Amino acid sequence: MKKMHIELTVNGQPMETLAEPRELLVHVLRERLGLTGTHIGCETSHCGVCTVDMNGKSVKSCTVFAAQANGATITTIEGIAGADGMHILQSSFREHHGLQCGYCTPGMITRAWRLLQENPSPTEEEVRFGMAGNLCRCTGYQNIVKAILHAASEMSAKEAAE
Amino acid sequence: MIPAAFEYHRPKAVADAISLLTQHGDDARAMAGGHSLIPMMKLRMAHIGHLVDLQDIADLKGVTIGASIRIGALTTQAELINNTALTTAAPILKEAALQIADPQIRNVGTVGGNVANGDPGNDMPGLMQCLDATYTLTGPRGSRDVRARDFYQSAYFTSRKDDELLVAITFAKPVGGYAYEKQKRKIGDYATAAAAVQIAASGGRVTAASIAMTNLSDTPVYSAAAGAALVGTACDAAAIKSAVTAMLLDINPASDNRGPVEFKRHLAGVILGRAIARAFSRA
Amino acid sequence: MNDLTPDQTARATALKGMGSSRKRVEDARFTQGKGNYVDDIKMTGMIYGDFVRSQYAHARIKGVDTAAALAVPGIIAVLQAADLAPLGLHWMPTLAGDKQMVLADGKVLFQGQEIAFVVGETRAAVADACELVVVDYEELPVVVDPFKAMAAGAPVLREDLAGQTKGPHGDRIHHNHIFRWEVGDKPATEAVLAGADVVAEEMVYYHRTHPCPLETCGCVASMDKINGKLTMWGTFQAPHVVRTVASLLSGIPESSIRIVSPDIGGGFGNKVGVYPGYVCAIVASIVTGRPVKWIEDRMDNLMATAFARDYWMHGKIAATAEGKITGLWCHTTADHGAFDACADPTKFPAGFMSICTGSYDIPVAYLGVDGVYTNKAPGGVAYRCSFRVTEAAYFIERMIEILAIKLNMDAAELRRINFIRKDQFPYQSALGWEYDSGDYHTAWDKALKAVNYTGLRAEQATRLADFKAGKTRSLMGIGLCHFTEIVGAGPVKNCDILGMGMFDSCEIRIHPTGSALARLGTISQGQGHATTFAQILATETGIPADQITIEEGDTDTAPYGLGTYGSRSTPVAGAATALAGRKIRAKAQMIAAYLLEVHDNDLEWDVDRFVVKGVPERFKTMKECAYAAYNQAIPGLEPGLEAVSYYDPPNMTYPFGAYICVMDIDVDTGVADIRSFYALDDCGTRINPMIIEGQVHGGATEAYAIAMGQEVAYDEMGNCMNSTLMDFFLPTAWETPHYTTDHTETPSPHHPIGAKGVGESPNVGGVPAFSNAVHDAFRSFGLTQSHMPHDHWRIWRIANQLGLHE
Repeated sequence: MKKMHIELTVNGQPMETLAEPRELLVHVLRERLGLTGTHIGCETSHCGVCTVDMNGKSVKSCTVFAAQANGATITTIEGIAGADGMHILQSSFREHHGLQCGYCTPGMITRAWRLLQENPSPTEEEVRFGMAGNLCRCTGYQNIVKAILHAASEMSAKEAAE
Repeated sequence: MIPAAFEYHRPKAVADAISLLTQHGDDARAMAGGHSLIPMMKLRMAHIGHLVDLQDIADLKGVTIGASIRIGALTTQAELINNTALTTAAPILKEAALQIADPQIRNVGTVGGNVANGDPGNDMPGLMQCLDATYTLTGPRGSRDVRARDFYQSAYFTSRKDDELLVAITFAKPVGGYAYEKQKRKIGDYATAAAAVQIAASGGRVTAASIAMTNLSDTPVYSAAAGAALVGTACDAAAIKSAVTAMLLDINPASDNRGPVEFKRHLAGVILGRAIARAFSRA
Repeated sequence: MNDLTPDQTARATALKGMGSSRKRVEDARFTQGKGNYVDDIKMTGMIYGDFVRSQYAHARIKGVDTAAALAVPGIIAVLQAADLAPLGLHWMPTLAGDKQMVLADGKVLFQGQEIAFVVGETRAAVADACELVVVDYEELPVVVDPFKAMAAGAPVLREDLAGQTKGPHGDRIHHNHIFRWEVGDKPATEAVLAGADVVAEEMVYYHRTHPCPLETCGCVASMDKINGKLTMWGTFQAPHVVRTVASLLSGIPESSIRIVSPDIGGGFGNKVGVYPGYVCAIVASIVTGRPVKWIEDRMDNLMATAFARDYWMHGKIAATAEGKITGLWCHTTADHGAFDACADPTKFPAGFMSICTGSYDIPVAYLGVDGVYTNKAPGGVAYRCSFRVTEAAYFIERMIEILAIKLNMDAAELRRINFIRKDQFPYQSALGWEYDSGDYHTAWDKALKAVNYTGLRAEQATRLADFKAGKTRSLMGIGLCHFTEIVGAGPVKNCDILGMGMFDSCEIRIHPTGSALARLGTISQGQGHATTFAQILATETGIPADQITIEEGDTDTAPYGLGTYGSRSTPVAGAATALAGRKIRAKAQMIAAYLLEVHDNDLEWDVDRFVVKGVPERFKTMKECAYAAYNQAIPGLEPGLEAVSYYDPPNMTYPFGAYICVMDIDVDTGVADIRSFYALDDCGTRINPMIIEGQVHGGATEAYAIAMGQEVAYDEMGNCMNSTLMDFFLPTAWETPHYTTDHTETPSPHHPIGAKGVGESPNVGGVPAFSNAVHDAFRSFGLTQSHMPHDHWRIWRIANQLGLHE
């Protein structure tokens, strides 16, 4: 099958590749662009380990064809940290033991990153509802929720100070 | 899970999409958000030769609110939830949309896709029947309107022809109280049973009621009799019971992983009773 | 020591040793997308393999047409059983002593069984070709019910075993029978039952489910034809076992096989076994000379690899009129599916099911287990469990509740009067175990007090009265559980897998400048070994945990060990680590004595240094000893500072805990709201409280899922009904309850650091707590037993059958 020319802006960098139309965004990111932080878990859009940010929205990259994403701006887990090191969410997940095997973590953090932009000071209930598209088998979510809530208040405090 | 190969098309106008659908016939499929279609393709339960991605068609987007409300087919569930004017005009939409799937899927899944693909598990079809919405379909022979209440024939079979596109959904601004009550096994799941209810009332009496049920037959079920049973009543226990009794004559649930038929019938009654009570309390 | 020397507490804190909630060293890479899981591995020339799987649960394979598949551009080969037969690899041994088809040999025995292995240049080509392989099936009668499988005229499933009346675990009494395993004193137990004041009897079913880690199973096999070395990266909870099995199967010496477990995205027992995908990937790599990657998709995972449970446990429990238990009888029918592919120690075909006397002093007991074949996926693995302990704990904790009903007693009090007392440890159980330690009464009283048990019962009584008066449609359930686990397999004298003794190991190298590298025979799948094992060593050697690198999972470098499952890492490898650390310290003491010019016995250990007794300013730190070990000639001592320990535990460890769940049940919809969940765990010495708490949250969530909705069910045709995450219940953050954790600490007397293991406790204890809460809500209406999972419709059915609906 003929390949398509796909152009994406990934983590701020313009990238281009050739891909068959049937290739999924997650496959293009992992196999063609070498960004293996985004994982594959269920393949039917239930588990959310493939979550990336596309044009300012969280999406499940196992259920988006690369062809659909052509021209899009994508942020993956590899693009969350800044020049000054880990993002507050990343350090908060570590600080509050919000991960164990690490497999859901990139999708979890990438989703939480967008959630806190949509709602900078969520309640616990809003975090649980807003993270409902991401499954974790290890943590029971309690420390993930804690990590996100702590990150939210830390980010707000940082913003207030600036 | 990798889908079979296909040709990808991204037309910019409705006419271009129609001509692709016409040209490729059975081998072509229009796709909005793709969150129903893509998993089916990955499981190789759907084989699509030509995929027509609608995302660039501006005419399929946008929400207009006047005496009637028009929702472009490509409006996502998230856009619907975040549209405050729409929520003011027809709050049942947000209440229902928040019970569909999860945040990531609501960012991509569209109202048009939800109503058009004919999956009896989808929530919007029953809701649109409750609102007595009209679907505007455009095809090579021009446009036509079909009432949501007439659109669904059986699971995945609707009165939309293969070469037609659902362009927009239109309905009169609802009046009175509303409720979308849904029981599901977990967040993101299809309904075990769900009820969409709009009730108008005056002086403590129901003046109009509209009721539709989700995932309790191979199509959504608009139960005119259930609504009629409430009209003129004070929505007391007896009235609710007669509405439930009427609704139960209209549904035909199947046994599946969500439970056996007896459970679903009982649950349908409970859910409808709760929906009616909540809608009436808001009327 | 002088004024500038930090005091003992400050130095101990700086080590981040045992007892510290040290943050995890793994997290920097995982939070930044820099983990290295098997599907992340990319090699030059790598090709892909995938299976054609059976649509049917039982069918003869009359033919397989591969022509169209082979015509797909990029397809290299389609392997079938006949291609593997010359190598003797069309069947493989299971860890349970049975054998399993690698590729269908004449027939298929479950839906999803591997029929052909397609190898090609790209994943897409392989997927296309799989769809084009045409299999000619002749359907055969399907048996999914283990009781029907044992009927006289039942279809013969395992034709390969025709005429074999002996199996690896004794006599086979029927053509679909695998084994009968009996423990305890049957005549004495039956005599007690016959003469008892009270006997409660029930069938308790623990349904079939699946560990379902978010990362599925997979591997990359690479045969280097130049040097004859086979390297395989994969999702292996027991890499050394895989190496040995691979060597035995292929004839390649173990020295020419390297097995590597990279980061693993959760295991929960799913990744202990050896699967056909591994064998086919190896063969394909040998044939093609190229690296071959095989990764399951989620449907493959749920349909074909490693289910858990599926135990029908018929129980009878006898007691005096006052509630003192006098005997326990259990007969279990164990459904193993098409092949017995559980991963139990060889002498325990039903694992540690014989821990089913639980936390109670039961004078006489009997357990019989019959293993049975059906047309379902093979397995019977320990899903976050130490070899059937989950089943045992569920059984006894249900039987206690059922007995309480029969006696009209409070179930908390019934437990209390039957607990093994603190002074009875070490306690010899009626089914042959020596419980090492415990203090059940203290834990139980603490738990009941913490949740205000008396207040909860009063509230429940009020709720019940309101329900009966028509004021509410909600009932309240209080789920109690006191579990005792048996983990840390185990003593080699009675625990081996395929003859491999279940010891574990640790090797330590102290570097000249005082940092260290330790390697273990275990492999973390999220447990945080790189963090916690360094803490054990920090405390034992005085080297800061931050300067100790832990490595696992590469058989070329790690010492031989049996891997991570059954909560055995801390009890076995943790002990090896402590003992290896002590060997380091013993040599360092000699070095320090030489450097300080005193006798060895004149020194005492002080956190991170040896101090001359009574002369605190004269000391040598471990760091100084390490430097001297490499750089100074010390008479009578070899240079270097290294140690190895292979630890064969003298006994298992017996963690325990008290869990209490409170839920509100909507009688009309069957919806259960978990209001609170209290978990008190006693895992002996606590190495990292933060990680323990995380393990409890996670295990309790898996328990919640299993008890309240998760299952692998089959229809009469043997179709798997839960093969995607649409229908296989994994709760989200929204449904998952909030947990309150607590602990008591009763160290294991035989373990070098007193630790017992905790990872599986919350699953073992959680399931009965959730399930007992559901049952408890309906107790006053006469419910004694209703099978899990307690999803909405099944709870509704309880209420319906009790006449609680109009």
